[in-house]
Amino acid sequence: MAKPILKSHRIKADWCKGCGICVEFCPKKVLELDESDRAVAARLQDCICCRLCELRCPDLAIEVETE
Amino acid sequence: MAVNKYLRQRFFPHLWCPGCGHGIVLNGMLRAVDKLGMSKNEIVMVSGIGCSARISGYVDFHTLHTIHGRALAFATGVKMSRPELNLVVPMGDGDALAIGGNHFIHAARRNIDITAIVMNNRIYGMTGGQYSPLSGQEVVATTAPFASIDPSFDVVELSKAAGATFIARTTTYHVKQIDDFIKQAILHEGFAVVEILTQCPTHFGRKNKQGSAVDMMKLYRDITTPIGSKAKQENPNLIERGIFVQEEKPEYSREYDKIIERATRG
Ligand SMILES: Cc1ncc(C[n+]2csc(CCOP(=O)(O)OP(=O)(O)O)c2C)c(N)n1
Ligand code: SF4
Ligand code: SF4
Ligand code: SF4
Ligand SMILES: [Mg+2]
Repeated sequence: MAKPILKSHRIKADWCKGCGICVEFCPKKVLELDESDRAVAARLQDCICCRLCELRCPDLAIEVETE
Repeated sequence: MAVNKYLRQRFFPHLWCPGCGHGIVLNGMLRAVDKLGMSKNEIVMVSGIGCSARISGYVDFHTLHTIHGRALAFATGVKMSRPELNLVVPMGDGDALAIGGNHFIHAARRNIDITAIVMNNRIYGMTGGQYSPLSGQEVVATTAPFASIDPSFDVVELSKAAGATFIARTTTYHVKQIDDFIKQAILHEGFAVVEILTQCPTHFGRKNKQGSAVDMMKLYRDITTPIGSKAKQENPNLIERGIFVQEEKPEYSREYDKIIERATRG
């Protein structure tokens, strides 16, 4: 299967509660919490589009879109 | 997002605490429904009372938010009058097996076509952290400040003995299993139980010194194992994950259809 290509990685800042689940379990350490404890994709170039962040977010705040 | 169409987005951000596992169950359940390609009108979600039970407020299906412990009784009524609909009943551990234990075993005994999701955080989250029949010995709760002496039910064994015909267990760490098991449970014709270990960092985690939501999910990763694994043989304390029972037996609403037919034959 061809590798998925990332189209967009969206985080709804107003839904995110800063639990850090996406940050901790991202296999490529793409995500971080910013100074106001909101998840941000700090190293998007490393994202392998596995979607684990989207699936594990308890607040349904992440959407990973591929081409 | 593909699952957003099933959400009542006007109620977001939801009211669960940061890191509460119940949101991960919601997330996985919506993905199961999406994969099944069901329309919103084919699903009826019935819940009782509890943090877990709030889930029915967030989904754009037919929903009934009823009373503590009685969700399965309401769901039974819906299924008997509209057997063509898919009933999904998410319940807390207290909701399902303390006050609701009686409804639970009889729904299982009847093998009525309902998908019961036990969102097991081993505590009464909503009312401030009292122990439940799923807490188990040594758990600290507001009502057991020196540790509970109550042994816990094993949801899988209980469901098996009561007659459920589909029984699975997973955790919020194992998200892909959540949607896979719920999907199979909905497709199953009969009483299907999916137990999902889900973290309550606010009460269970804090009182039992289990750390953050992240720490609790790591614990789920470390204390569970696939059914029949080698690890389980070496360490019997591990909790098994997977599908334990999947069998066909006469389903209650279909059996009732036969009675209706018999009674109206003339
Ligand atoms: C008949 C009745 N008894 C008791 C209560 C109080 N009550 C509300 S939620 C709850 C327990 C919640 O625990 P659980 O079902 O495990 O759900 P959680 O909040 O942990 O998700 C209780 C005892 C109630 N609302 N109704
Ligand atoms: S998992 Fe969701 S709520 Fe938690 S930090 Fe990440 S985006 Fe925010
Ligand atoms: S899709 Fe996978 S790799 Fe990309 S940010 Fe999410 S968890 Fe990390
Ligand atoms: S009290 Fe516990 S179960 Fe309730 S929302 Fe908070 S973390 Fe979740
Ligand atoms: Mg509970």
